[in-house]
Amino acid sequence: MEKPAELQAANYDLVARDTKSVGAYVKSGAPYVWVTAAAISVAFIITVALLLLTAARGLPHFWPADLVQATYKEPGKEQQHLLAEIRSSEEVTTARLLNAGLPVDEKQPLYDRLLLKIANRDLGGVDFRYVLSDWLVERSQPKDATVLERMEWGNFHGFVVALKEGDKVVASGEEAWKGYQERQDRVNDLRGKVRDIEKGKIGAVNYDLERLRLQQRRLELDGKTPERNAADFAAIEAKRKSENEKYEVLRTELDQLNAEMGRDALVMKTVDGQEVTLPLSKLIQGYRPNDMGLFPKIGFFLGAIWHFVSEEPREANTEGGIFPAIFGTVMMVMIMSVIVTPFGILAALYLREYAKQGPLTQAIRIAVNNLAGVPSIVFGMFGLGFFVYFVGANIDKALYQEGLPSPTFGTPGILWASLTLALLTLPVVIVATEEGLARIPRSIREASLALGATKAETLWKVVLPMASPAMMTGLILAIARAAGEVAPLMLVGVVKLAPSLPLDGNVPFVHFERKFMHLGFHIYDVGFQSPNVEAARPLVYATAFLLVLVILLLNLSAIRIRNKLRERYKALEH
Amino acid sequence: MTGVQEKTSLTHGLDMDAIAREHAPMRLEDETIALEVDNLNLYYGEKRALHGVSMKIPKKKVTAFIGPSGCGKSTLLRCFNRMNDLIDGCRIEGQIRLDGKNIFDRDVDIAMLRRRVGMVFQKPNPFPKSIYENVAYGLRLAGINKKRTLDETVEWALKGAALWEEVKNRLDDSALGLSGGQQQRLVIARAIAIQPDVILLDEPCSALDPISTLKVEELITELKNNYTIVIVTHNMQQAARVSDYTAFMYVGDLIEYGNTDQLFTKPAKKQTEDYITGRYG
Repeated sequence: MEKPAELQAANYDLVARDTKSVGAYVKSGAPYVWVTAAAISVAFIITVALLLLTAARGLPHFWPADLVQATYKEPGKEQQHLLAEIRSSEEVTTARLLNAGLPVDEKQPLYDRLLLKIANRDLGGVDFRYVLSDWLVERSQPKDATVLERMEWGNFHGFVVALKEGDKVVASGEEAWKGYQERQDRVNDLRGKVRDIEKGKIGAVNYDLERLRLQQRRLELDGKTPERNAADFAAIEAKRKSENEKYEVLRTELDQLNAEMGRDALVMKTVDGQEVTLPLSKLIQGYRPNDMGLFPKIGFFLGAIWHFVSEEPREANTEGGIFPAIFGTVMMVMIMSVIVTPFGILAALYLREYAKQGPLTQAIRIAVNNLAGVPSIVFGMFGLGFFVYFVGANIDKALYQEGLPSPTFGTPGILWASLTLALLTLPVVIVATEEGLARIPRSIREASLALGATKAETLWKVVLPMASPAMMTGLILAIARAAGEVAPLMLVGVVKLAPSLPLDGNVPFVHFERKFMHLGFHIYDVGFQSPNVEAARPLVYATAFLLVLVILLLNLSAIRIRNKLRERYKALEH
Repeated sequence: MTGVQEKTSLTHGLDMDAIAREHAPMRLEDETIALEVDNLNLYYGEKRALHGVSMKIPKKKVTAFIGPSGCGKSTLLRCFNRMNDLIDGCRIEGQIRLDGKNIFDRDVDIAMLRRRVGMVFQKPNPFPKSIYENVAYGLRLAGINKKRTLDETVEWALKGAALWEEVKNRLDDSALGLSGGQQQRLVIARAIAIQPDVILLDEPCSALDPISTLKVEELITELKNNYTIVIVTHNMQQAARVSDYTAFMYVGDLIEYGNTDQLFTKPAKKQTEDYITGRYG
């Protein structure tokens, strides 16, 4: 055959002729490199920006910012003294300020507006306020300006006047400040003990009393009466009596501790001269930001972050920490993983290994895959309707009749939330596992079968271990999806404030029926349901930052496990 | 008449019959039979892959199947331990008898059958486990869990597969770290560990280099003292080197089956002769 003209040597020039045209550029492959690199760069930048933004907006909340003392002279109004922390500043157009009714100079186009945290909400009603920078004069940073963190009403800004023990003044001025620090430590110790008794011991007594009540109810439901079964009822009564006695002892102890805590008080003066007496039992800590060096500030910052992650929330979630929410999130994800993994693996095993491959199996597979696309709130509705109202109610009827009419499992709780999320993430695990199973080479299965293994033995001993990294991939994706899910949880178990954790020292330790707190819902609650918007804003960012960190941590641990498994079974990749 | 006289004078009264028997080519009729294939037909869906194959596989001898690609030799081999059961739409008629029992009977325990008829595949396929666990796999399946028995049997099997010296110090290393030839010998060790009656080898050397091939071939010669061996090979020299009996197959038919030397030197059928002389295939 004759060579086609296109292939003849005359048409091939070993030296490239065309290097400039668009076609040649596209052919060279360079644009693909650019486009793909750009795509990954954008993804990377967005991820980093997200983390940086939440961190930058949230974390400064914990920094002990300097207090500025100043006089605010708004034209036409009485001048005010302020002692405040400058939270942020922005440029505002004069027109907007005129609209707001402020007597600004029309000739000046822009004004600097500051957001001040003035605290002392109990005295002034608000703890944040906007001021114009130009009118804030005579600024100074007095070393003795003091911030007091309180149990109620937010922070207090002012100056220490005196320290009182009962009605007697024991120290004043600088002495009072030094004395206060020691006494605050003592009060915090006492508070720890009080909490221990209230939450721990009295909590346990209450828990036991409730169980006794239920036991008695159970007996009554079984048709027993105090007349005919005197012994049973007497036993319960005796136990109840001993519990009540225990309670009395604890009560007295508690009263004593409370009295001791209420002994000391700090007299403070606000910047406009008002004197306030604050009992130490209502204070958490005091500090003087203007008197702190860089390192003490860093120490304080880290301490504040630690308090944030390790303590319970106070004041409608706008103060204190978010520990119960972190705990609830992690526990829910773990229960979900424990449920979804075996369930998904078994389903995938059947689909891939046992089911006869045909149109029906294919239809089921498509249906399963499509489940992943169902909006999560629909799963929430299903969880509420099926798990809570149907399964839960029937469990109550069968096992917890003594508790009715107040439901035990027939109400939203962590188990139902985990189950709902398990359903939601099931398709992910099934698909990943199926792909893993499909990748195991036929030769390995044959090797096992040829040695006299049954199909089940081959699956258990060879195929499943080799597919385990794929299963972990499925679990990782499931965790990523579940930890970030909020909408369905609002229907099946998440609450704004849970009185106790779903895991504690009372038998049976894990309380699947309890409601729980969740970081995602906490963000929504603090951000949109809080009366104190300015106070809540940094907390929203900080909580969001933590949520991302928690998900990252959960994922990293799963990825670590997967990499170990991969290492073990890596051979198959050839 | 003269010829007979000459012969008598040349033998000097030796027992010619005994000598003839010793030097005569081995004959299938004299062998004990391990497997008996009886009119075996195999269909993949509508397509017929084996056409009424009947043959007898002698005990403790090496039998080789040769033939061009797609002739059904691997298919036939995989019938012996019912590996074809795994293939959808595969249907079998006829019988294969092991110790007089038809292995296609409904009451046959396939796992048991495969324990008695072991198999080594074309590509080495060790499990992603340690060398030790690879060999112990079949033993554990058979219910052997005693550490000492396992240790002894693993060592015995590895020695039997001429691999012991190379791996005895790293039994706990992954089997996937071994070379291709070592892996194939490991797979053979894995097969003999459960002491089957028959070992099926499906082109065991096709993925190996010449030195590894040589080792495996030596091993096969060694193994036939204790096992019945059936080997499928593309390599006619290999068949001639290692086997006692050879079957030539062509498009699903067993064309010729008999003593290896005879088949290669004096093939009875034209087709066989064409194939072994390289005229087609």
